Amino acid sequence: MRLAVFVTLLLIFPVTHAGALAPDDARHLLARTGFAAAPADVDALGPLGRTEAAARLIEAAGAQASVAPPEWTRAWRPPPRLGDMEPEARKAVMRAWREQGRDLKAWWYLEMIASPTPLTEVMTLFWHNHFTSQLRKVKAPYLMYRQNVVLRRHALGNFSEMLRAVARDPAMLVYLDGARNRDTAPNENFARELLELFTLGEGHYSETDIKETARAFTGWSLERGTGEFRFRRAWHDGGEKSLLGHRGRFGGGEVLDILLAHPRTAEHVTEKLWRAFVSDQPEPQEVARLAQLFRDFDYEIRPLLFALLTSEAFWRVENRGRLIKSPTDLIVGTVRQFDIPIERPVVLVRLGRRLGQDLFDPPNVKGWPGGEAWITADSLIGRQTMLQFLTGAGEPGMGPGDGRAMARRSKMVAALIDRWAAGLPEHWSSAQSLTGLLVPVAPVDAAVLDRDASGALVRRLLMDPVYQLK
Amino acid sequence: MIGQRNRVPDSARRRFLRCGVALAAGLPLAGLWPRPSHAAGASLGGRVLVLLELNGGNDGLNTVVPYDDRLYDRARPSLAVPRDRVLQLDERLGLNAALEPLMPLWRDGELAIALGLGYQPPNRSHFRSIEIWNTASDSDEVLHDGWVARVLGEAPGPDRDDLAADGLVLGGVTGPLAGGRLRTVVMREPERFLRQAAKMTPMGTAAANPALSHVLRVREEIHASASVMESRLQRAPALDTRFPQGPLGRQLAVAARLIAAGVPLGAIKVSQTGYDTHAQQAGRHPRLLEQLAASLAAFREALVGAGLWDRVLVMTYAEFGRRVAENASNGTDHGTAAPHFILGGRVRGGLYGMPPALGDLDGGDLRPTMDFRRLYATAAQGWWGLPPSREALAGQRPLPCLS
Repeated sequence: MRLAVFVTLLLIFPVTHAGALAPDDARHLLARTGFAAAPADVDALGPLGRTEAAARLIEAAGAQASVAPPEWTRAWRPPPRLGDMEPEARKAVMRAWREQGRDLKAWWYLEMIASPTPLTEVMTLFWHNHFTSQLRKVKAPYLMYRQNVVLRRHALGNFSEMLRAVARDPAMLVYLDGARNRDTAPNENFARELLELFTLGEGHYSETDIKETARAFTGWSLERGTGEFRFRRAWHDGGEKSLLGHRGRFGGGEVLDILLAHPRTAEHVTEKLWRAFVSDQPEPQEVARLAQLFRDFDYEIRPLLFALLTSEAFWRVENRGRLIKSPTDLIVGTVRQFDIPIERPVVLVRLGRRLGQDLFDPPNVKGWPGGEAWITADSLIGRQTMLQFLTGAGEPGMGPGDGRAMARRSKMVAALIDRWAAGLPEHWSSAQSLTGLLVPVAPVDAAVLDRDASGALVRRLLMDPVYQLK
Repeated sequence: MIGQRNRVPDSARRRFLRCGVALAAGLPLAGLWPRPSHAAGASLGGRVLVLLELNGGNDGLNTVVPYDDRLYDRARPSLAVPRDRVLQLDERLGLNAALEPLMPLWRDGELAIALGLGYQPPNRSHFRSIEIWNTASDSDEVLHDGWVARVLGEAPGPDRDDLAADGLVLGGVTGPLAGGRLRTVVMREPERFLRQAAKMTPMGTAAANPALSHVLRVREEIHASASVMESRLQRAPALDTRFPQGPLGRQLAVAARLIAAGVPLGAIKVSQTGYDTHAQQAGRHPRLLEQLAASLAAFREALVGAGLWDRVLVMTYAEFGRRVAENASNGTDHGTAAPHFILGGRVRGGLYGMPPALGDLDGGDLRPTMDFRRLYATAAQGWWGLPPSREALAGQRPLPCLS
């Protein structure tokens, strides 16, 4: 089905840029869809046009992680009832969960760094910020891992299937209190976020719609022993509900049908994707066109993404470097770009948290606000310090270990960056082309261009404000 | 301050220009431009707000003790503070004896206590509840920006351009000082911050790309904060006051040093952790309170010495109080309402509001008697002289505890 969709798309889309991709274009596409632009990848996309390049990246994206997850993710062990435990035993459980949580976060960083198709991870992270859950509320890392697997499986699949999977996802049932939503005491938490954040968006529903939605989802619960979804018929309110102009004895499934049939859902998701891939200024007409296409393709995500990445706005010169890198973009992108060795992955977790993006623990149900909010006086200092640390020009404090270990590491990484720059193929080795590879727009510090292409130039570019952009 | 005047943020300049154009076009503008009610001069009237977070949720009942209430003793067979260990404030309430270092402030009328602060319906999750307190949201409302960012953002009038930073975080998360266009600096000690900021040379702010101009603007702000801080600190004499050992003492020592040096700041946040006393509270809680009181007393001494105690308002806050009944581990679990301290040279001491009734609990928890946002309204309107909040503080009025 997906292949057929693609053939159709390639046929119906006017191929306006049949010619080869300029290096600038290729790096723009790669930086927005895969954290960084490796010289070899830029070269590989070169002979293709914009349409084919976008299609190739989208087609290649997978649905599974490549790095083996931590051992404990293999089986569900029902959590003990914390309330009944002695304080010491309870502390031990909490400690084990904390360690697992750190491992889980580190694992995702490693996956983003190692993934052969980074677009898979860019999209999984996008959905993590859409269908948010927080480890600190869900507590059991296993459930958060399972949710991450679900989000990755559907990341470039079908939005309606993903929405249905998320509504039954155990971590989500815990996070938004669905597990305790029953006829005698409806809990509106999931219903509210389903309407406000996951589908329609603010201002397109009433308080009554929320109440009725909550009633429809009563009984959608989970089984402690298995850690799986379970529908508890005895908890379900089978009465008639009325929402968004529809009336019937709806269950949760029917409510999802109604929400998916509502035009706002596609618009809401499309607008968010626009902010993630194109610019901070969604263009209403374009969003409407893309959202219509999204619905025409029954919520298949690949065609929507393809249309977005081949849109005129995506390639427009004013939109280059128009997005602010998230902490994850910055950390993963820099590590990927230079293939920086990571001895202790947990350091990445600490860096991300320091810069304001603690994976699996967004600040609240709305997720990370992103955009300009990423850069504050505090986080900008943190970003610069982190880049110095990662690239071997750092001072102690950000990294692990004592001053001497830091100094050793600094020397090692600095040498690695020097080697990276020295080993570039000839056509990448001018200051001009190297700059074009590493930053999306001209550096503010124009003096860097007078330098030779070398590790020193790389370090200068990383300190330039434009390195914060993508 | 010379050279700082041109740091009017671009957005403010644009807003001004737009208004100017509208005025010229004869459009009705009344109400668009609220006037600050405080005197002109130093930014925010030269008044610093110090926010002190009691991280973990402080046990209000063992802090301001209803020592005359038999229900209190009954609910806490092992944890009730005995009557003879209470520093009586009136015939019903008294401070935990560990707070003795605060008694001179109480006697001098520099300590106000707001009673029964909370919100309805309560949320007992640390994360969610501190988010509500940080953002001043309703119980079921999710907001990103901290309440200080929200009240200052809502009132474009007050002049903050002279401040080295709107917010300074010395302990814990950014919380109330996060978000909006607030210029918030996070540091543990000034020297390290100055070293890091030295690398942020300004590079201009002009850029057609809005994302780039944002980064450049923030860079410039860091540079400006650091230069003011550095020049003031260079000229400042060392403080004589000895602060208690421990994180809170260290944070308040840095705060006192910066204020005494004349570094102009809007709000400073400090934090004391450890209040999540689920077990063995009888030993731990008084030690926390003792640290709190001794650190605050030192802070006051330092600023009285510098002649600036009149320019400072300190306020405590926490995500919640604790349950009325003690638990089986000689501790207390997450609860609801709690009292908080307000202190400073301009404070009119005393008890404000009503203590929650122990005879009228809500599922074992205290019912709040005062909206927590009244504390913030006291800071915003009473202290900084901002116009009454339209949205940020749900229309709460300030407590009459400032002179």
